[in-house]
Amino acid sequence: MAASVSDAPEAPRAQARGALQGTGGAGTTAGPRAAGPKRLAPEDARNAAREVRRRRLRAFLFVAPLLVFIMFAFVAPIATMLMRSAYNPTVADLVPASLEAIEAWDGEGRPSDDVLTQFAVDLKRLANDRTSGQLAEEINRYLPGTSSVVKSTARGLRRVDDDTLATSGATLLLEANDAWSEPGIWRALRNAGQVYTASYYLTALDLEFARDGSIQQRDTQIYLKLYGKTLWMALIITLLTLILGYPLAFHMAHSSTSRANFLMVFVLLPFWTSLLVRTTSWIALLQTNGVVNSTLIALGLTRDPLELLYTQFSTIIAMTHILLPFMVLPLYSVMRGIDPSYMRAAMSMGSRPIPAFLRIYLPMSLPGLSAGALLVFIISVGYYITPALVGGTDGQMISNIIAFHMQQSNNWELAAALGSLLLLLIVALYWLYDRFIGAGNIKLG
Amino acid sequence: MRGFPEYFTIWHVAGHYALRIVAYLVLAFLIVPILVIIPLSFNAEPFFTFTSGMLALDPDAYSLRWYEEIITDQKWTLAIRNSFVIGIAAAILATVLGTVAAVGLASPWMPFKRMITALLLSPMIVPLIIIAAGMFFFYTGFGLVATYAGLIIAHAALGVPFVIITVTATLAGFDRTLFSAGVSLGGSPVRVFWDIVIPLIRPGVISGGLFAFVTSFDEVVLVLFLAGPQQRTIPRQMFSGLREQINPTILAVATLLVVLSVALLVTLEFLRRRSERLRGSP
Repeated sequence: MAASVSDAPEAPRAQARGALQGTGGAGTTAGPRAAGPKRLAPEDARNAAREVRRRRLRAFLFVAPLLVFIMFAFVAPIATMLMRSAYNPTVADLVPASLEAIEAWDGEGRPSDDVLTQFAVDLKRLANDRTSGQLAEEINRYLPGTSSVVKSTARGLRRVDDDTLATSGATLLLEANDAWSEPGIWRALRNAGQVYTASYYLTALDLEFARDGSIQQRDTQIYLKLYGKTLWMALIITLLTLILGYPLAFHMAHSSTSRANFLMVFVLLPFWTSLLVRTTSWIALLQTNGVVNSTLIALGLTRDPLELLYTQFSTIIAMTHILLPFMVLPLYSVMRGIDPSYMRAAMSMGSRPIPAFLRIYLPMSLPGLSAGALLVFIISVGYYITPALVGGTDGQMISNIIAFHMQQSNNWELAAALGSLLLLLIVALYWLYDRFIGAGNIKLG
Repeated sequence: MRGFPEYFTIWHVAGHYALRIVAYLVLAFLIVPILVIIPLSFNAEPFFTFTSGMLALDPDAYSLRWYEEIITDQKWTLAIRNSFVIGIAAAILATVLGTVAAVGLASPWMPFKRMITALLLSPMIVPLIIIAAGMFFFYTGFGLVATYAGLIIAHAALGVPFVIITVTATLAGFDRTLFSAGVSLGGSPVRVFWDIVIPLIRPGVISGGLFAFVTSFDEVVLVLFLAGPQQRTIPRQMFSGLREQINPTILAVATLLVVLSVALLVTLEFLRRRSERLRGSP
């Protein structure tokens, strides 16, 4: 059951021209180029072009409803996320006047009293609108520890009347907290006020802006290491599924049809079983008092139960189990089409089995192998559920940290930037897949 | 050494059997973890492991209490209902839109076919966590978060690629001249589509719909981000169960899901055979 998307858009047009030409003149069955000097009358050409347009439009109208749906339900959300990773108007919307005033500041020492006064006025308004907390959170991201400064100052300014604030706002601000005399908090405000920023991407790559605006390494390196670990785990899982899947697919492909169909049930049943069920099985098997540990103790192989669950090991083994059918199915369908007589011929002519396999069989099975390997790799790079449930601390992958920033630390912009980088990686892999295997050739069962 | 060619040495034969053993070990690796949870779900004790009573086949060590828990606990009954409501609605939406689109995509006149196919199949490839984050940002603006409508739309988008793939595969064996014949005999394109195309591609449409249903039924990441407490589904309930307090009710649910997937597998195999018969190829 393969879907083929091979026709180039030119092919039908050429056919149409050929066909329409055929009806207009003598029995020309060849394409338009072979038709030689004979040309269409201008009116026929126009009619033909109109007919082609009509048919193309009709085909497109069939696809249009789904296209609109996917644009709304899927593409627009992804675009929103990409946007979010570099676009954050929160601060610019909250204190536009202060940001305008601070433009002129050179970044050294304390900004002028006009800036301070304007900010004090803005802050009072935010305190009364109950939005000063949002501002505090945004500034805090650029200069940790300033959230309480902003919040307490805002509380203090709520009761001050507008006239006093307009004349002596700067003094009140400086009295409220010493931090307002330092340049650091003002720099943080100015940076947080930028509507478009690359800072989340820099954070996602373990970089940051230095004070002079250059880019430098952050003190704590988290995300690059995590990307590296994710790719490494995906690679190990891909290799394991290959090592396990290849012999199985080979055996199935060279069994009789009825036997192969019977064995296929054992591959398809896990494939169709809920992901949560399979993860649950591995928890039941691997936990401290689980089936594997009980068996090992009963056999006397170990005295104390092994720590198998909530490790990188349990993540890799559970994901290998879950993704193995994705390797076996494309391998099997390619191997089924390989004529066994090639191997027999090589061996009857004196080749030893291993060289014959490496030089004859393996190259012929490569399409299935690369399809399976790329599919498993792409799926495992973005995996979330299994690492979240059986991964513990060292089995976490990049998806888990994105979920953490979405749900726990509420740093949605950083989550979006990390997600965008992951998406870039996946799109690159998908492009490879499409180029070498063809996205339309994905097979199901 | 009967059954082997004459040029086979003892090592060839040994290799042949070694390969067979490896293949069966891998099959065991695939299937045993799933089968293990079935007896465990009848455990009378609240453990995730075999008790000595169970190993001795003592009838008192087995019980149906965890199954009873599923039907009496309101959280589970709500989750089961939600899973079916969302799954069926998402599957219908994805199947209707996907089938019509697949017919357009199968036309040789379709413009930008390669690009549009890649776009429509991409929900299958983009990591769920990215889709979940994006949908959370975007759907909030439309008030779709924590609603059934939001989850149905989200799950339908995930199911679309499977419908496209299965229906396009069925259409590959579809004789397009039948369509022209119908039109030339005076049928309107809609009528011809309904009376001629649909009956012939029905097995592909149904299996596409089943794929879309299973995708929704099994999905948990989008539910984690988009569902409110009222929209919790079975996988969502299992997820929090596995994170918070592990108890054999989850194993009982898992066993029921295994039974369901066996039923699905049988249905799909039946549809595949039927489709092959309709196409007249072995």
